[in-house]
Amino acid sequence: MAAPLGTLRECREALAAGATSSSALVEQSLARAEACAHLRAFVRLRADAARAEARESDRRRARGEVRSPLDGIPIAVKDILVRAGEETTCASKILEGFVSPYTSTVMERLEAAGAISIGATNMDEFAMGSSTEHSVYGPSRNPWDLARTPGGSSGGSAAAVAAGIVPAAIGTDTGGSIRQPASFCGVVGLKPTYGRVSRYGLVAFASSLDQIGCFARSAEDVAVVQDVIAGHDPRDSTSIPEPAPRCSNALDGDVAGLVIGLPREYYEPAGIEPGVLAAVREATAALERAGAKLREVSLPHSEHAVATYYLIATAEASSNLARYDGVRYGHRAQGAHSLSEMYRKTRSEGFGPEVKRRIVLGTYVLSAGYYDAYYRKAQQVRTLIRRDFEAAFRGCDLIATPTMPETAFRIGERTEDPLRMYLSDVYTVSANLAGLPGVSLPCGFASGLPVGLQLLASPLDEARLLRAADAYQRLAAHHLARPPERG
Amino acid sequence: MSAPPHPDYEVVIGLEVHAQLRTRSKLFSPAPVTYGLPPNHAVHPICLALPGVLPVLNGGAVELAIRVALASHCEIQSRSVFARKNYFYPDLPKGYQISQYEEPIATGGWLDVRVDGNGARRRVRLTRIHMEEDAGKSIHDAAIAGGATHVDLNRAGVPLLEIVSEPDLRSPVEAAAYLRALRSLLRYVDASDADLERGNFRCDANISLRRHGESRLGTRTELKNLNSFRFVEAALEAEIRRQARILDDGGRVVQATLHFDPQSGRTRVLRLKENADDYRYFPDPDLVPLVLSDAQIERVRSTLPELADARCERFVLEHGLAEEDARLLCESRALADFYEAARTRHGDADVAKWIRRDVLHALAEHGLEIEASRLAPEALADLVDAVRSGRVTAQSARALVPELVLSGGDPLRLVRERGLEAVSDTSALEAAVDAVLREHASHVERLRAGEVKVRNFLIGQVMKRTGGKADPAALRRVLAQRLGEGAS
Repeated sequence: MAAPLGTLRECREALAAGATSSSALVEQSLARAEACAHLRAFVRLRADAARAEARESDRRRARGEVRSPLDGIPIAVKDILVRAGEETTCASKILEGFVSPYTSTVMERLEAAGAISIGATNMDEFAMGSSTEHSVYGPSRNPWDLARTPGGSSGGSAAAVAAGIVPAAIGTDTGGSIRQPASFCGVVGLKPTYGRVSRYGLVAFASSLDQIGCFARSAEDVAVVQDVIAGHDPRDSTSIPEPAPRCSNALDGDVAGLVIGLPREYYEPAGIEPGVLAAVREATAALERAGAKLREVSLPHSEHAVATYYLIATAEASSNLARYDGVRYGHRAQGAHSLSEMYRKTRSEGFGPEVKRRIVLGTYVLSAGYYDAYYRKAQQVRTLIRRDFEAAFRGCDLIATPTMPETAFRIGERTEDPLRMYLSDVYTVSANLAGLPGVSLPCGFASGLPVGLQLLASPLDEARLLRAADAYQRLAAHHLARPPERG
Repeated sequence: MSAPPHPDYEVVIGLEVHAQLRTRSKLFSPAPVTYGLPPNHAVHPICLALPGVLPVLNGGAVELAIRVALASHCEIQSRSVFARKNYFYPDLPKGYQISQYEEPIATGGWLDVRVDGNGARRRVRLTRIHMEEDAGKSIHDAAIAGGATHVDLNRAGVPLLEIVSEPDLRSPVEAAAYLRALRSLLRYVDASDADLERGNFRCDANISLRRHGESRLGTRTELKNLNSFRFVEAALEAEIRRQARILDDGGRVVQATLHFDPQSGRTRVLRLKENADDYRYFPDPDLVPLVLSDAQIERVRSTLPELADARCERFVLEHGLAEEDARLLCESRALADFYEAARTRHGDADVAKWIRRDVLHALAEHGLEIEASRLAPEALADLVDAVRSGRVTAQSARALVPELVLSGGDPLRLVRERGLEAVSDTSALEAAVDAVLREHASHVERLRAGEVKVRNFLIGQVMKRTGGKADPAALRRVLAQRLGEGAS
């Protein structure tokens, strides 16, 4: 069986030392993907293209041209970022066979940096879900326990990194879709500040919440990828104009004097698995021992975050997904006799149950007569939640919380109970509502399953966030733990 | 004021105009704005609504919207918001149209409208001006599409300005006059070609009737897509008749959207208000609010041309033009520019007269507007000069205008080449006069007997003999001499 790849740093160093080549890394990565096919982490491999790009990278390196620290490194990208000439489906039947004529900004930046995507990773359809079970390709599995989900919606990317198929992968986070699977799979996952990474070419779920980020084994590796994908893009009107700081330069391991806020509302023991709470407490204690100060803060509107999130996210989704109508591309139902029948059949056949549920909910939320009670009210609460964080960050530098109140759940366990699935997003959705950067770090295990520590920072403060995350990983080596090899 | 359109009812009309802004690219995409390309040849992933695309606002369109808002005395909002209007239709690729809803770019404002030739003004208030994108076009034509419907997205995403008036108009004639004034304004500030034939100036009308003296508004109906000034008047008249019949019979007008059928001259109900769509408007999260600083607005203001009203007033006060001439010249910026360029060497009223009487007439013969004239304003000035100095007669000069307007050229050279110089040479004139007096001896008798109008006949005959080139003053002098009248 193909061995797992090392961390991004290990791969980079091996390339730099001439101990390996990009072609060798890509071969290993493809072989590992093959060996881990049971995880269903990928929906599509681009083996030939990746091999050709690896040869190019090797030739560049031989000439002494190295484009970036990612040059020649195999990565994986969620099946939601378009690339010219290649299929993108968002794990949905409705986009079956859709080949984009243009390339997303993030893909362009990765390509320009020399990174080599070996394929598209599995996800919940249109990024709607927390388990990667809602995929037309079938569910992904958690490398730590194959009976469990890797989380979602970016479950394929998280699983691919956890299983050592790639040292880094791209995901998207609308309500926790990077941080939650990072937590479930024992890897690092960063959701940057809203607007820090261009959404151009990212198939939209909820435009005001969607943000692209990455997974890797360490905070240091995440910083390297973040530095490549972040920065202003005139093609995204919500893109932040300020230049992005180089996060990799900020990792000095120092947390002395750093004030870490612990929101009292997030540590109500009733809602958290005891093993999760214990691991998170131990992680914050370790940071305190290294010189950080812990301080209780309050986020009084937290209890409304999940409801607010689901109103706004579904409203935006209902409009964003209206374009999948069978007229121009993607799936079109056969045998319809009228326009409205064509729409109805196409969308009934093309969307899965979770996507339909959210479209119906969002359509309702925006309807005349309900708009003020739901959508407008949700926007008002969103402002209150943002102000909660502004107030809290006046008394602390970062906020530490559990990423999830639990560890990975079993496949099939929640599919009949969507509300329970939604409620578990309680710690992650606020960062999207407030536009904050957040990272999930492995901080130990509960009953043999990884637990995630979430750190949140003020908008634009990714550098401080990753400095603290990296400092923690110098204190505790949970992120180096590997899931058991199969068989 | 014109006669009231209905003896028993007061007519209340408000208009919504969609004008296509004159930009090179679309409102949110780099696709070109063109006319006449094959279907789906002026498109970009953004206007095709491919997965993952995002809109980016065209700053040029915003500037044009500001120009119109300033010219129509609107209050420009320092913050406006683009919203999504959600509905399903094949020519609407995203499943929503981006438009401004709760927070438009401009509110208030007014437009002065002249209904009669006498210059009586009516001030029509504007409710709002907002920006939005156009939809594509569904093609049901059996010849092109067979049994199917095809979709052309060349127009999808083209920038539109929607200008909504208050219900201040009181007759179809006023409505048409308002539309002409608005079209002139849009063109004055270079914001729109406002070309009705190309569909880049479209009008919907809201209309209701109430008894004279009643202060409450009646129930209104909406007439969709009135695509010519003639249709607007005809459709409104038809709808006034329809509503009046209902009210006369003691009935109640039902709020509805109607379509005007120019063939039958009737309006037909398209859908009732109860069946109106729920557009689920909400602010577009892909766009940030449009924030305009005073400095930005002032910068645009500084680039505005002198507007029609001010210019007309100046022509009257400073150039001494008749109000009617000034008004006519200022109806189009190009025409007023033409006049100002031609008058630099001349008496103003004279040039205005030449433009109005000859140039516009020649253009109108061919359905053209001043922009299409090949006659340069400087050339017109040369021609008027030549008439004044007696080098060519007004009659010869006027005959040249249609040709100059259509084909251009140097009028002085034409005069020379065609031998049109006025005949003021006394011996040539004397010969012509003598010949006429000989031929028409009986007329000479009648003139001597006191029948004075015969003089004009004789002058006409001399003109005819000289091919219209006789200098009129010299001709009169010679004729008087030959008739033995002495100096007159």
